[in-house]
Amino acid sequence: MIEFKNVDFSYGDRPIIKDVSFRIEEQESVAIMGPSGSGKSTILRLILGLECPQRGDIIIDGQNVCRMKERQKQEIRKKIGMVFQDGALFDSLSVWENVGYYLLEHTRMSPDEIGERAIQMLGFVGLDADEIVYKLPEHLSGGMQRRVAIGRALLSTDPKIMLYDEPTTGLDPQATENVITLINKLHSEKTISSIVVTHQIADALAIASRFIVISDGELVFSGDLDQLRECRDTQVLLFLAPFRLSVAEVEKKKFLDR
Amino acid sequence: MPVIRLINGWLKHFAYESQSLFFFSLKMVRGIFGRPLYLVETREQMYLIGIGSLYLVVLTGIFAGQGFALAFSVELADFGAKNYLGRIMAISIVRELGPVLTGLMIAARVAAGITAEIGAMKSSNQIDAMTAFGIDPIRKIAVPRLISLLVMVPALTVICDAIAIFGGYIIAIFIAHVTSTMYWSAVHERLIFGNIFIGLFKPVIYSMIIAFVSCYKGFGSEGGTKGVGRATTESVVLSSITILVANFFITKVVFAFIKGYL
Repeated sequence: MIEFKNVDFSYGDRPIIKDVSFRIEEQESVAIMGPSGSGKSTILRLILGLECPQRGDIIIDGQNVCRMKERQKQEIRKKIGMVFQDGALFDSLSVWENVGYYLLEHTRMSPDEIGERAIQMLGFVGLDADEIVYKLPEHLSGGMQRRVAIGRALLSTDPKIMLYDEPTTGLDPQATENVITLINKLHSEKTISSIVVTHQIADALAIASRFIVISDGELVFSGDLDQLRECRDTQVLLFLAPFRLSVAEVEKKKFLDR
Repeated sequence: MPVIRLINGWLKHFAYESQSLFFFSLKMVRGIFGRPLYLVETREQMYLIGIGSLYLVVLTGIFAGQGFALAFSVELADFGAKNYLGRIMAISIVRELGPVLTGLMIAARVAAGITAEIGAMKSSNQIDAMTAFGIDPIRKIAVPRLISLLVMVPALTVICDAIAIFGGYIIAIFIAHVTSTMYWSAVHERLIFGNIFIGLFKPVIYSMIIAFVSCYKGFGSEGGTKGVGRATTESVVLSSITILVANFFITKVVFAFIKGYL
């Protein structure tokens, strides 16, 4: 369980997150949406303890991350897998070394054993391990890099929560579909909570059962799809307007085709 | 007054940066004595810094030594004191020129590389990914570079000194017409504890300056590729200037303490 209580965060004088409070239950699938620069990714960084809020509390499984020392934060991070924007794969390491990074650094397992597990994981995330296992990340497509990043996060500590920062941004429709399918598969098969930060509304709808909308650092909406449909908040309506228009176009076309 | 406000802002920024650099350096030094120690990365960095900079140091040493010997041999000839060329070469190269030239060359080559590499890792979130996987990026990235520089800069300085003195020997023999025995005995005469101590103490300080500044600038870089470029330039400029300033103060302080051994 993750809970934000009146969290304020700023970079220098620039406020990023303003008095944000929400709660995410175990095994929930939540999308944090909002326009670019609204502070969505910062929320993930705060959950991971990479940043500390100036005010408020962040509670993960009953423990306040804000008051923890770095060593204690590491224990919390073991429960969390993070897929950074663009994957953030280590560019000097091969694909298998990236996927097995945590095991290489924190365990005494042999490289052969780690390689085996990395290959299994690559298979799980839908990649042809034989083809890419020794390649460097720069030789992979954007979609493949995201899936390798998901594999890396999964092989790290068997996480209970997965954080995805813009997992589909910049991908073609096929790669986007693959990544969404993988996120949903993880959520259902491994019963992992998913927190997805995105500004792609269609992708958020395909992944999440609950939605949080952030605008200019403030939480302007939190609720399920029905509540989102009914929401009349100006910021939410503005954010959803382009998507609603495109949906309306599709509906109109369907109606006319009938 | 806008000028006073500007100076005030600049001073505040300077104080803040100095403080941040100090605490960052402290973390790096603490990392040397803590666990885990990344030996594979350290060995790799030693190779990259040491072997990778060898050609640069050799070229710098040979030409600097020859140029220096050439200029001095002409001046000494006017006083009939060409036999002192070896003494002057030994003192100036071992105590001053060798450490400073090596420090500046390493600052230009290695500091730029370190800052650019760490900056690129930061802008692509690799540093954050490392932290998320429970790895301290300072221990993993910065400490191996500090240890490698601490070992390699003094070693490269010794090589630079030897090559520069040999460069002076070529000039002494073929241009200044000083006998080989005369040159080497004069060199040997001045290779005493005090000079060798200063010559090896300075590179240790320079290696720390290069490591602290370049890693600090790399970890602090912001603003994507443009920010990495800016940080790299700042890293080279700041390390080079600090080396030159430190050189003066080390000479002054050390000279005062071990005057009797010189």
